Amino acid sequence: MSTKTDKIDRLGELTAAKQDEHGVSLWTEAFRRVRRNPTALVGIAILVIFVLVAIIGPWVAPYSPTDFIGKGEVRSGQGIIPGPSAEHWLGYDHQGRDELSRLLVGARQTLLVGIISTLIGLTIGALVGGIAGAAAGLGGRVGRAVDSVLMRIVDMLLALPSLLLAVSIAALLGASLTTVMIAVGVVSVPIFARLLRGAMVAQANSDYVLAATSLGVKRTKIAIGHILPNSLAPVIVQATLTLATAIIEAAALSFLGLGNPDSATPEWGLMLAEAQRFLDIRPGLAIYPALGIIITALGFTLLGEAMREALDPKLRK
Amino acid sequence: MPLLDVKDLSVTFARRGQRTVRAVDGVSFSVEAGEVVGLVGESGCGKSVTSLALMGLLPKQRGVTIGGSAMFGDTDLLKTDERTMRDIRGRDVAMIFQDPLSSLNPVIPIGIQVTEVLTRHRGLTGAKATAEATDLLNRVGIPDPTRRLKEYPHQLSGGMRQRALIAMAVACAPKLLIADEPTTALDVTIQAQILELLRGLVRDSGTALVMITHDLGVVAGMCDTVNVLYAGRVVESARRKPLFADPRHPYTTGLLGSVPRLDAGKGERLHAIRGSVRDVLPWPDGCAFAPRCDRRVDACVGEPPALVEGVHRHAYRCVNPESRTVEVPS
Amino acid sequence: MIRFIVRRLLQLIPTLFGLSILLFIWLRRLPGGPETAILGERGTPELRAQIRKNLGLDEPLLIQYGRFMKRMLKLDLGTSISTKREVMTEFLERFPGTVELTITAMIIAIGVGIPLGYLAARRRGSFLDSASVGGSLIGICVPVFFLAYVLKAIFSENLQLFPSSGRQDPTLGATRITNFFVLDGLMTREWDAALDALWHLILPGIALASIPLAIIVRITRASVLEVLSEDYVRTAQSKGLNERTIRGRHILRNAMLPIVTVIGLLTGGLLSGAVLTETVFAFSGIGAFLYEAISNRDYPVLMGFIMIIAVFYVLVNLLVDVSYSLIDPRVRVR
Repeated sequence: MSTKTDKIDRLGELTAAKQDEHGVSLWTEAFRRVRRNPTALVGIAILVIFVLVAIIGPWVAPYSPTDFIGKGEVRSGQGIIPGPSAEHWLGYDHQGRDELSRLLVGARQTLLVGIISTLIGLTIGALVGGIAGAAAGLGGRVGRAVDSVLMRIVDMLLALPSLLLAVSIAALLGASLTTVMIAVGVVSVPIFARLLRGAMVAQANSDYVLAATSLGVKRTKIAIGHILPNSLAPVIVQATLTLATAIIEAAALSFLGLGNPDSATPEWGLMLAEAQRFLDIRPGLAIYPALGIIITALGFTLLGEAMREALDPKLRK
Repeated sequence: MPLLDVKDLSVTFARRGQRTVRAVDGVSFSVEAGEVVGLVGESGCGKSVTSLALMGLLPKQRGVTIGGSAMFGDTDLLKTDERTMRDIRGRDVAMIFQDPLSSLNPVIPIGIQVTEVLTRHRGLTGAKATAEATDLLNRVGIPDPTRRLKEYPHQLSGGMRQRALIAMAVACAPKLLIADEPTTALDVTIQAQILELLRGLVRDSGTALVMITHDLGVVAGMCDTVNVLYAGRVVESARRKPLFADPRHPYTTGLLGSVPRLDAGKGERLHAIRGSVRDVLPWPDGCAFAPRCDRRVDACVGEPPALVEGVHRHAYRCVNPESRTVEVPS
Repeated sequence: MIRFIVRRLLQLIPTLFGLSILLFIWLRRLPGGPETAILGERGTPELRAQIRKNLGLDEPLLIQYGRFMKRMLKLDLGTSISTKREVMTEFLERFPGTVELTITAMIIAIGVGIPLGYLAARRRGSFLDSASVGGSLIGICVPVFFLAYVLKAIFSENLQLFPSSGRQDPTLGATRITNFFVLDGLMTREWDAALDALWHLILPGIALASIPLAIIVRITRASVLEVLSEDYVRTAQSKGLNERTIRGRHILRNAMLPIVTVIGLLTGGLLSGAVLTETVFAFSGIGAFLYEAISNRDYPVLMGFIMIIAVFYVLVNLLVDVSYSLIDPRVRVR
């Protein structure tokens, strides 16, 4: 008939002979499942390479990324940008700098953009969501009021188109890489807030919290000691996935001209945005950084999805 | 000729990277028209897989192998193509599942779930189908059926849901009904009512019933013939009376001993079977029940015990069977 | 049901009120002002003050906000500072383009995504399954504007299959009624105009659809897989029902619940993608206009547009909640 593999697995397991039945914790078990998941391994491999390039990139780059060595040969106005050669494997960029060096050095900035903007979103979002969740779960009438005010604000943020929010932040702070990081980070705040709050409210209604309350454990202690750690899984998964979207969104903001106006420090998003103008002359200039962004984002996405699957209690049978 | 003749049914599940599992391992039994046959065993003994195999509901995909034959009239239920099976399912062979809440579609009304069978197999539509559905709900003892038809599963009580599922199963007056633990998910008081309903339906319509259960109480009250399954094989098979009066396989006695009895002495202990279903020996290496058996002897291990047939078609698979000094009552 | 909708619409009022205050303060805090945009860097302080005074920006914030609210209640959004036209007129001229683009993208995403996700789930482990899972993972990771450029380069510049920019060929001289170009063409029976507008929508629509499509494929697949393991699907099969009934009534109907939720969430996010896509294809929607309005500090345009967009967003979510309760009787609202 069809795929009913889950049922089969369960039937198979019921009829299976002895299997090890160790009581392992959620995280140990999740880690084991991630390790056994081939897509997760591909994701991790991509990320290891990416981080390595980000660390050692500046040392292995054959030329300085800011040196206009090919200035004389490049006439972008007339449609002349020399392509790959023996000395310059990926050719020059539109200002005559070595493209390969810029890519190698740019990895670091790109990684930083992803990490910092995710951290901004995670910190603020977790703070708002954590307070709302703790208040909603344990705080009685006042708590519910705090929760509903915070969540209304989060809802308003969600009702704003995220790009407009980012653009207006950029307008406030002026175009720069920091701006991009802050804008991308702020945009992800509502997601983190909603996720953590939702998970905490669900945890607060569970039996063990009732048990702890009935044993007379202090409410703040329950919230911090029990509810919060048990609610972190979806937030961590989301953070991994946000690393991917942050890099992509940063590229979009650069494309709209909100990135660093000074292209001396190379960053993939900015390189991609700038290269759009020379798409007819040298499509490679856009394709290299685009591939870098896509592959890196894919690495984070694969890992995030694998973690989500590994941590999903429904799939943990 | 029996209504259903199952011969050497075997089902194996092979999963990538894991040992293949023989969930059902050469099970044979037959069902006469109008007869009630019990398949008894603990969870994991292969009884549910048997029922799904007979219904053709095991997924046909890599890793699932079904062997043997199950003759239902002239058709072999295990080898029939999906199209013919669709015509048979619900019309000639119907099934009642264990958990009535999860077995009903939560987002459509009970009425449609009943009438869709009538439309599919009896061509009834519109008002005719509704009238027939009302009648069916009435027959399975659901009060105020016109109102219930418009309700959703979550609005019904557990017993009511199981009655609705039964109504769907008997909608086309099937020749064979397979009930997989139909009362396990219900309250004790409701269990008796549902069993009573099933008994009545079977008696009135002459439908044969395969009753799958782990509860010997259910068997004692309903079944004409009983097959006890352990680790995918029939270990004992007999008519109801001889089985209860003179159980031969230690597993059967174990199951009987686990049931608390009113007439037992106050200090007398329940005879629980040691270990769990997971403590099995693979059949080729000997008796699968040996690790848990109190009557184990050396001969139990080494080669699989054969199914020996005793008097009155009472068969058992044991090298050191229990025996009562009393002769078998006829 | 009607009471639920009314209650939700009433809840909309405080949300919008709060949003308008936040937005108002936020916009006024942006450095610079419309006078900088109008005068550039050379304006004298006197000239700047004069312009601020003319625009009423010299008064206290509270009074400015009160005036804005008073107009707003009469559904008057004011006049754009940079184009000197009614904000509402500007909106009605540009928003239909964005809506057309968004709807096209959503039709592509849903029309392809749900069947593909369903098939992938039913044939779990097949090539189709791996391809759609892999494809959707990659789809999420491709920057929308890059995909837009690639599509444009291949299908319109190289193969010349689709137009590369705009919403319609201006030489057709199509009649405008609603500013939904496809709709206008159908209403006036100018079939070639309708077809041409549709043709202009395809490439930007595909670019914009990429991310929602990827997400819908994934959620459909996951949801169908979960439903397939449910007991009631087995019950439906045990009744001997035909494939179509099982698929429609028993599998998809149940699987739709999470899909509908995700579609609602995606519709909000589509607007951001639309801004990027519109830029690449020089497609005149609200995208470029809003972006300019931010750099020009065109307060009335920003306030008006964003408020209306927020209303739309809330309405879409209301629609999602309503269809949710239509699908699932267990969450039926009173």
